[in-house]
Amino acid sequence: MRFSDEFEARFAEMVPHYPTKRSALVPTLLYAQDEVGFLSDEVIAELAGRLDLTELEVRNVISYYSMLTTKPRGKFNVQVCTNISCMVRGGEEILRHCAKKLGVGNKGTTPDGLFTLEEVECIGACSWAPAAQVNYDFHENLTTEKIDKVLDEYRKKGTQ
Amino acid sequence: MADLVSHPDEVKVVSRRFGKGATNIDRYLELDGYKAVQKALGMEPEAIINEVKNSGLRGRGGAGFSTGMKWSFVPKQSAKPKYVLCNGDESEPGTCKDRLIFEHDPHSVIEGVMIAALAVGAASGYIYIRGEYRYLSNIMQEAIRDAYAKGFVGKNIFGSGRNLDIYWHGGAGAYEVGEESALMESLEGKRGIPRIRPPFPAVVGLWGGPTVINNAETLANVPHIILGGGEWYAKLGTPKNGGTRLFCLSGNIAKPGVYELPMGYNLRKMIYEVGGGIPNGRGLKAVVPGGSSCPALTEDEIDVAMDFDSVAKAGSMLGSGGVVVVDDAQCIVKFALRTMKFYKHESCGWCIPCREGTDWLEKTLTRFHKGGGLRKDIDNMQYLAENMLGRTFCPLGDAAAMPTIAFVKKFRKEFEDHLEGRPCPFEKEGAVEELEVFSH
Repeated sequence: MRFSDEFEARFAEMVPHYPTKRSALVPTLLYAQDEVGFLSDEVIAELAGRLDLTELEVRNVISYYSMLTTKPRGKFNVQVCTNISCMVRGGEEILRHCAKKLGVGNKGTTPDGLFTLEEVECIGACSWAPAAQVNYDFHENLTTEKIDKVLDEYRKKGTQ
Repeated sequence: MADLVSHPDEVKVVSRRFGKGATNIDRYLELDGYKAVQKALGMEPEAIINEVKNSGLRGRGGAGFSTGMKWSFVPKQSAKPKYVLCNGDESEPGTCKDRLIFEHDPHSVIEGVMIAALAVGAASGYIYIRGEYRYLSNIMQEAIRDAYAKGFVGKNIFGSGRNLDIYWHGGAGAYEVGEESALMESLEGKRGIPRIRPPFPAVVGLWGGPTVINNAETLANVPHIILGGGEWYAKLGTPKNGGTRLFCLSGNIAKPGVYELPMGYNLRKMIYEVGGGIPNGRGLKAVVPGGSSCPALTEDEIDVAMDFDSVAKAGSMLGSGGVVVVDDAQCIVKFALRTMKFYKHESCGWCIPCREGTDWLEKTLTRFHKGGGLRKDIDNMQYLAENMLGRTFCPLGDAAAMPTIAFVKKFRKEFEDHLEGRPCPFEKEGAVEELEVFSH
């Protein structure tokens, strides 16, 4: 299978950083997932082959890390933190609001494939709570009005 | 990009370059960058370790172990290569300080790793950054490239004849990986299951080689200690607790933010003066002083000096510097439940007391929150949590048990208010049921 040139350049640079090939596995899985959208059977077979691992060994690692997924997600993964610092500042309200607005529950994807909603654990935005990440972008000091605007912007970006 | 705050009581050491464009290597050089590592190149390894020992610097990840002491455990002679590993898997709820260091001063972490490598005789260092912090990995990647381009890192660093490679490495979402042995497993491309100790990482670590593992904030302090001297740094704090600390104020507080204050700063003052107190005319119910694993302190327990030993004496921990303020409109049962939900989610299941303990505690707390708590469960929860303590490979089991014990002991009345079908007195009607949809 083919990845982008950027992925290949990064992979080629990364592997010699370690005394064992498999050490590159975790970051490589995440970069592959970013390109393909999820860790498909094909991606798993490809990376297992490249790093001299069995597919089972790769799957065993995938299941441990919360950011890695073998199921397709929406184009924009809306990850709302409800851990303690966010919770006491209304994180759950933000999550409920997103659920209503997008019409999906936890880990649900909108029918147009644009958004997946996910309740996540602490993302390191405690002093700027409540917070969410859409893919890798942080959105902080949220209110329901602010998250509305954020989601509208992504919708615009996704349908252009 | 996270907002910066400031307060006159701050003593800026590790945050000195925040907001000053120091991600740019030339700007970093103007701000005394890479001077410390050059000084360290002219020092004997013993002298570097002694300087750090004299500084009283203790691990900023949470354990509070003497950094210089940790470095001195690495054997001088080793058949296998030695490594330095920077722990930037910041995931303890309430903690968001390493994020600012990576965002504003990535070269200080590189320099800290380099000095640690010189002190223990390592030729490579790895900077592990949690997967969610992708923008910080990008910043770090660029910083490392710039350092290589200038000849500061790589072959023959600063013309010294020494080789020293620095790499960054990204995670993919796992709290437990913040624990040192799980961190090494993760870097080796495996599940982050903790290793049994001994042997300790200083003797058998990454790929079997002796390894120094320090938190990002710890390492970012090291260049300042080498330049300013251990004695200067030690004096900034309290006896046995050298220097300053990045405190992350969050929760029900008027001016949340990351403030750098001297070790031993009074917690009440931190909340009411630095953080501007509790908004909306509310009172203080509890403070989690060092991240979610630290037992909560009540209103009458917050006249405490924020250093490792004083907070320990007060029955909690300074932990990772995450100060979470909880006002009197919050329900402690719910707060305890959310804390436990986190630990249950993050438990890897390797050790039975943690796997089963977090699951049963979450189930019991959920029942309480829904108003179906049984009186005998209050003591049961405490008994269960106490039996998790010290019975696991890594401290995740303890991290789940310790706050629970404190919640049950200190807020017994609130648990009693949730007994026998009484709905949570703090929740709006229907809110409890609605949230169930999201339990993961």
